Amino acid sequence: MLSPVFQKLLGGLFVCTLSSMSYAQSPQPISMGEMFATTCFLCHGPNGQYSGGAIPPLAGYPRDLMVEQLKDFKSGKRSGTIMGRHAKGYSDQEIEAIADYLATLKP
Amino acid sequence: MQTLQRRTLFKALATAGISLGTIGLSACSKETLKADGANAKGKTVLIIGGGFAGATVAKYVKRFDPEVNVTLIEPKTTYMTCPASNWYLAGLIDVQTLTHDYETLKTQHGVAVIHQLATAINPQKQTVSLEDGRQLSYDRLVVSPGIDFKYEAIEGYSAEVANLFPHAWQAGPQTELLAKQIQAMPQGGRFLMVAPPNPYRCAPGPYERVSMIAEYFKKHNPTASIMILDPKDKFSKQALFAEGWQDLYGQMIEWYGSQDGATVTKIDVASKTVFSDFDTIQADVINIIPPQKAGKIAFTAGLTDESGWCPVDQDTFESKIHSNVYVVGDASNAGTMPKSGHSASSQGKMCAAAIVSSLNQLPMPPTRNVNTCYSLVGADYGISIVGVYQNQDGRLSEIPGSGGVSTKGAPLSERKLEAEYARGWYKSIVKDIWHS
Repeated sequence: MLSPVFQKLLGGLFVCTLSSMSYAQSPQPISMGEMFATTCFLCHGPNGQYSGGAIPPLAGYPRDLMVEQLKDFKSGKRSGTIMGRHAKGYSDQEIEAIADYLATLKP
Repeated sequence: MQTLQRRTLFKALATAGISLGTIGLSACSKETLKADGANAKGKTVLIIGGGFAGATVAKYVKRFDPEVNVTLIEPKTTYMTCPASNWYLAGLIDVQTLTHDYETLKTQHGVAVIHQLATAINPQKQTVSLEDGRQLSYDRLVVSPGIDFKYEAIEGYSAEVANLFPHAWQAGPQTELLAKQIQAMPQGGRFLMVAPPNPYRCAPGPYERVSMIAEYFKKHNPTASIMILDPKDKFSKQALFAEGWQDLYGQMIEWYGSQDGATVTKIDVASKTVFSDFDTIQADVINIIPPQKAGKIAFTAGLTDESGWCPVDQDTFESKIHSNVYVVGDASNAGTMPKSGHSASSQGKMCAAAIVSSLNQLPMPPTRNVNTCYSLVGADYGISIVGVYQNQDGRLSEIPGSGGVSTKGAPLSERKLEAEYARGWYKSIVKDIWHS
């Protein structure tokens, strides 16, 4: 994310720059949410898409529901086989970042 | 509007002929300023080894930045996974299910795949030599050769003897050989496993293997016996395995550890005998899983230390010995992370992010590695171990309070659910790496 100062300063430059830039192709920093979520795919399917087994897919999962469920696994409020053991490895902020990212994926 | 990131913005400014220097942006980070003109386009990443770690890096470098040229060097045209190969020994799945090719990496991700053995690395010139004499240049190199064996640690054992007493710890012909021997074992015969010392590939693997062999014997050779001679005094998920063995197989499986003197030092091929302080044991089928070290190229390239594994940065997996060279998977020393397919793929993703970030001079995201190892004790009886790891003081360590094993004494319904999840895990991980 850009700092507010940076955003303000450059707001006026967009008009003259947008037409000539190739920003769709430009690499961007990889977000923490995406980085952490890529390891969810190992069980829950590539890009969170269903892979044919008993483990539920995660792509497009409603963000707030995901946050609630992961926090409940973490606190032990919700029981499960292994998700509590995983969820305890993340702060609440990290859980929110993962949920933000998973919600953007196409089911 | 899509959030415009720093690097994108920088490029936009450069395109418009505006220098950041002239407008004096104090909010801009050093890394961003350094990024002037930096672009991964046309840069080359070579990857040696197409297993769980290497194939993951290939796919995820392309995912994070399709402009990078990625070449995977792997002698085999298909890859048979060690994970789930024990299920094959029980007759639960076939070889085809375990075998994966590189077509999706080539056609969907544009990864070049060269089926050659890498024979040497020149870290100064940044080149890799192949068996056919070709030399390839790299900007970043990933070395993921998996394991090799210390055959000499057990007197009488060797790569040749492994054709009689298979290790089956690199999946492929060895796995099929062991399956044939188990199927041909005389009724009431003895299967003997010589387990490896730490650290080794797949900590619960030997114990899942005997479980799956017991599953097979229960149906086809119910009076057979299984013995494990182990140089360790305890093993992964031990209480859970012991519980499952008792529940499913009664007295069929006997385990002896170093406290019993069960460290095997010598074998005799002709008489099918193994020697230890515990006892001298004869068996009908002998499975020797020798002590392990990093794969050969890691030694040839000087990437290993006195441990026999490769010291690496615990976030990026860049070698601590050679810069621009990364080691991921079983060959790396990843702190307290176990050597497993799941660990290897997790590390591969962090490494891919590190490489793409470095080639584009972008900040590296925080890393978090995960291991999940499911084991089948019976066809419908699964157990698991989980670990979540981060770099703490230069060592990948478990996050306090996280991870752990399945509940001891859990109802069979939970074991059945974990067995289903084990099968689902396999479907997902191989699809993530080789088929999507």
